Amino acid sequence: MKEKLILHIIPPIIAVVASFVVGGIFIFAVGQSPFHIYGVMFSGALGSAYGWGQIIFKMTPLIFTGLAVAFAFRGGLFNIGAEGQLYIGAMLTTIAGYYLRSLPGVILVPLCVLAGFIGGALWASLPAILKARLGVHEVINTIMMNFIAYALISYFLVNHFSVPETVHTPEISTNAYLPRLSLIIPAFASSPANFSFLLALVALYLFWYIIFKTRLGYEIRAVGLNKDASRYAGISVPRITFLALSIAGGFAGLVGTNFVMGYKHYFEEGFSLGVGFMGIAVALLGQNHPAGILLASFLFGVLSHGGLVINTYIPKELVDILQAIVIIFMVVFDTVLRDLITAKRKRLARGDGVS
Amino acid sequence: MNAVELKNITKRFARVVANNNVDLIVRRGEIHAVVGENGAGKTTLMRILYGMIKPDSGKIFINERAVNINDPSDAISLGLGMVHQHFMLIPVFTVTENVILGMEPTKGAYIDYKTAKEKVKEISTKYGLEIDPDLKIEQLPIGIQERVEILKLLYRGADILILDEPTAVLTPRETKELFKIMRSLKEQGKTIILITHKLDEVLEISDRVTVMRQGRSVGVLETEKTTKEEIAELMVGRPVLFEVQKGKANPGEIILELKNVCAGSQRRQSTLKDVSLTVRSGEIHGIAGVEGNGQTELVEVITGLRKIKSGEILFRGLSIANESPRKIFELGIAHVPEDRQKFGLVLDFTLYENLILGLHYRKPFSSACALNFRRIFKEAEDLIYNYDIRPRDYTLPARNLSGGNQQKLIMAREMNKHPQLLVASHPTRGVDIGGIEFIHKKLIEARDKGAGILLVSADLSELLSLCDRISVIYNGIIVGTFQPGELNEFQLGLLMTGGTQG
Amino acid sequence: MGLVKVVFSVSMLAQTIRISTPYVFAALGGVFSERGGVVNVALEGIMLQGAFCAVVGAYYTGNGWVGVLAAIIGGALMALIHGIVSIKYRTNQIISGIALNLLAVGLTKFFLKLIFQSSSNSSRIEGIPSIKLPLVSSIPIVNLFLEYPLILLALVSVILSQIVIFRTKFGLHLRAVGENPEAACTLGINVFRTRYLGVILSGVLAGLGGAWLTLDQHQFTDGISGGRGFIALAAMIFGRWNPTGASLACLLFGFADALQLQLQSIGTTIPTQFVQMIPYLVTMIALAGGIGRAIPPAADGVPYVKE
Repeated sequence: MKEKLILHIIPPIIAVVASFVVGGIFIFAVGQSPFHIYGVMFSGALGSAYGWGQIIFKMTPLIFTGLAVAFAFRGGLFNIGAEGQLYIGAMLTTIAGYYLRSLPGVILVPLCVLAGFIGGALWASLPAILKARLGVHEVINTIMMNFIAYALISYFLVNHFSVPETVHTPEISTNAYLPRLSLIIPAFASSPANFSFLLALVALYLFWYIIFKTRLGYEIRAVGLNKDASRYAGISVPRITFLALSIAGGFAGLVGTNFVMGYKHYFEEGFSLGVGFMGIAVALLGQNHPAGILLASFLFGVLSHGGLVINTYIPKELVDILQAIVIIFMVVFDTVLRDLITAKRKRLARGDGVS
Repeated sequence: MNAVELKNITKRFARVVANNNVDLIVRRGEIHAVVGENGAGKTTLMRILYGMIKPDSGKIFINERAVNINDPSDAISLGLGMVHQHFMLIPVFTVTENVILGMEPTKGAYIDYKTAKEKVKEISTKYGLEIDPDLKIEQLPIGIQERVEILKLLYRGADILILDEPTAVLTPRETKELFKIMRSLKEQGKTIILITHKLDEVLEISDRVTVMRQGRSVGVLETEKTTKEEIAELMVGRPVLFEVQKGKANPGEIILELKNVCAGSQRRQSTLKDVSLTVRSGEIHGIAGVEGNGQTELVEVITGLRKIKSGEILFRGLSIANESPRKIFELGIAHVPEDRQKFGLVLDFTLYENLILGLHYRKPFSSACALNFRRIFKEAEDLIYNYDIRPRDYTLPARNLSGGNQQKLIMAREMNKHPQLLVASHPTRGVDIGGIEFIHKKLIEARDKGAGILLVSADLSELLSLCDRISVIYNGIIVGTFQPGELNEFQLGLLMTGGTQG
Repeated sequence: MGLVKVVFSVSMLAQTIRISTPYVFAALGGVFSERGGVVNVALEGIMLQGAFCAVVGAYYTGNGWVGVLAAIIGGALMALIHGIVSIKYRTNQIISGIALNLLAVGLTKFFLKLIFQSSSNSSRIEGIPSIKLPLVSSIPIVNLFLEYPLILLALVSVILSQIVIFRTKFGLHLRAVGENPEAACTLGINVFRTRYLGVILSGVLAGLGGAWLTLDQHQFTDGISGGRGFIALAAMIFGRWNPTGASLACLLFGFADALQLQLQSIGTTIPTQFVQMIPYLVTMIALAGGIGRAIPPAADGVPYVKE
């Protein structure tokens, strides 16, 4: 049992530290002091209530996309399509919020959330079917769907739904608004953090419940760990494959609740670039577990906002580099650790081995 | 002079001592057999000789010179060649490509395929290994594939050939041809080390025999001067395996019936070609055969993992051919698969998660959509206790269990389904003696409670002691069905390899 | 119909060849890597990386060929990382590839800002001068290879790849290692070294694909690779991991790309955005349709564990 804990906690920590070191090398090479830069980054991000508010605002979408990637991973699938899934979901949320304006908030808000989920799930369901029925690898297909989503939404936006001279839609009805967090935590006034964060926490719980407590989650995990044994045990692998990827897409589709329902109140082109890919880093770092995802998304939220803070000294894209390096170090250290444990086990066995 | 001498070779793997101070001497120009039961350490010893494994201690002498063999290329340069039990061939490559791989003749920057083919033809004629160099391996029957493996060695100028269980997948005719080739090689001055557990072959082809048992060398005999019984006694060296205590069977009605079943795509040894078979309730019906003759496919068509091309499969009168695995389980059929780690368990799942695999979706383990963990844990505890699965902690991952305990886990799960028909595929493979006895006991128990059991096994003594009827499968057809008393091990063995009785 | 005339014109063919070039480089790279058994989804990132390196090289020396060299080195280095992570550390090759894609995005954006002070594009760079041959330069299609030496290089690469993979020692070893590494090992072949070589070659080729993009457009724009690396993977699968087959598939996808550009410029009733989707839709359809018979090298994607 202790082994499991070590394997789950140490690689992420080492990976994060190692990537900060590498990031520090970059900073140094560019002529700045790593300590100064990191200092500014963290104090700027964590030093004020505004900063915390920004972090919460930025980490909320990451929780959703992290869940989107992790849910699929649990089923042995690579969901690289969160970018497109969230985009379609957010647009559906906007459409619901705009066209169903006559409905009272109590109905409209859940409806908009549901629309987002359905949008993302639908977008993922096509690659899901292709994988389940035809065995086409989901990596390429989900990526293709990203590009198609951008093009599709762009068309829809430009030709049907935008406010002239802008790249965004008209505002959704006030009945579809999600209140700011400053409602319950006054210190967060002036930051865009909103109730979507609470929705994200609910999503984390739902993920945990489905994956670990339900029949469906059991089957998803079984298929993800051993497709053959699952098949032998009567589990329908195509059905589970389809469900895992589709539901994963649904999680991604909830990203729109943060930006559209809780902040700007309209859909803006490119509002979420990169969030889907960052979700991959979040899921991996968080070991596909809700607790890990929460922590990892917090880390990346800090980095994301911190990146803006240091942008005057060094390009904020340093954060993107860190995020990629974290993944690499994570998987490498995972192997290194496993090898160490196996070697130790062999040595121990030999020690007390009797012929 | 001695072609090969291994002195004091010791090798441990985790808790197991595979080779314990083993000595081996092989004279030049002889055919030397190394015999022993499964797990005696023969293959490990040969892999050390061939440089695939490093020994913990010991010395190796080739042609009476001390040598260090660190990897196969060292072995090859010393004149050693090895044909492995599982062929090391690349199916999509041709014979020529497989033979020359790693030692290709070149013309400038290109591979000189013309010279290569000529060389291959030359060697194959010289040693009587006729073969078409342009055929792809995947098109060749196993017996011919073996020739390619031998060609590989000869192409590299091997003088000392190590053959690991070469006849395991050959028909009797192919075996005879192999022996002809081996004699021809011996005449040309080659030394051959033959690993086998088939004593008839040892007597027929070898000059001397080294017997291994539980990691040690326990005797070296001159083949001419010894007998099968003497070799067997050295091999076994312990009281005969516990004779299964069982009462007489009370077979009832026919519960499983296969009629003229054909399955499998290409024309292979293992394609089912018109299989007909019955299993009754309350009996253990064994399927005997050499691996690769259709047993796997047979099990797959019954358990819903493979579609049939034609024929019928009836379970209690209901047609179950081409049904889904879940439907078949719901009808009352359970399955202990032949590869427990690949098909029987999710190694990273806990014991309790594995114990409900297949049952998880219905009451009492599941209600509405959620799992009922209290009930699951209780069930797991009971099963672990009843089947003596160790360690007793149901939260451990199945990966941590030994092979025998993993097998017991699967047995526990499948028996817990209270099946009317249990299909068990090699259920005691890789299990220690205590575990084997336990599993046998449980199988008899199930039979006595009225279940029908289809038992596929490569262990003839297991089949003879457990089964009430035995069918032999060869080349995808059932070639005969008998009661255990009617045939002995040797006659059965003959049928299994394509010969005719008597 | 005017459309048909446009589609089957010589200029369309020329466009197709031009546009297919980066796909071809990347697809060839994919073939080398996967024939050896290493899945490489980082082709997109390596391409992006190569594109940027080419710009930096050309910018500081004013010479396009230096840019090409820089792209080759940059691509090889990034592929080497993929190799180390996948081969030595036996990690999931798809995760490694995705991480490298993200790394390339981050690195290019970072240095784009740092060196060129822009988040969208670099300064203009010199391309590669065309080869002038008096008579040949006026023959349509053929003159393409002279006007754009990199296209010539692509053609040469296809031919060389086909020869190397199927007629040389290295090629035989590479394929052996991708089908049955254990068997190759018993014959004394160094599985790791062979795989590394395959992966590095894929980096060189994908980097060249990126170099074409920026040298042709004379600048680097953010995200210039635009998903081509993934489409190249699809082409590789569609082409059965065969250099010639993959290249032909690339021509198909290049045609789709050229078609959408043509449609946009002559103006049709189909909205531009739908036309833009064509390459991606074609890829998905191609994969879905052709998948039944596509069998990758037997050991593709499986880390090799030496006992």
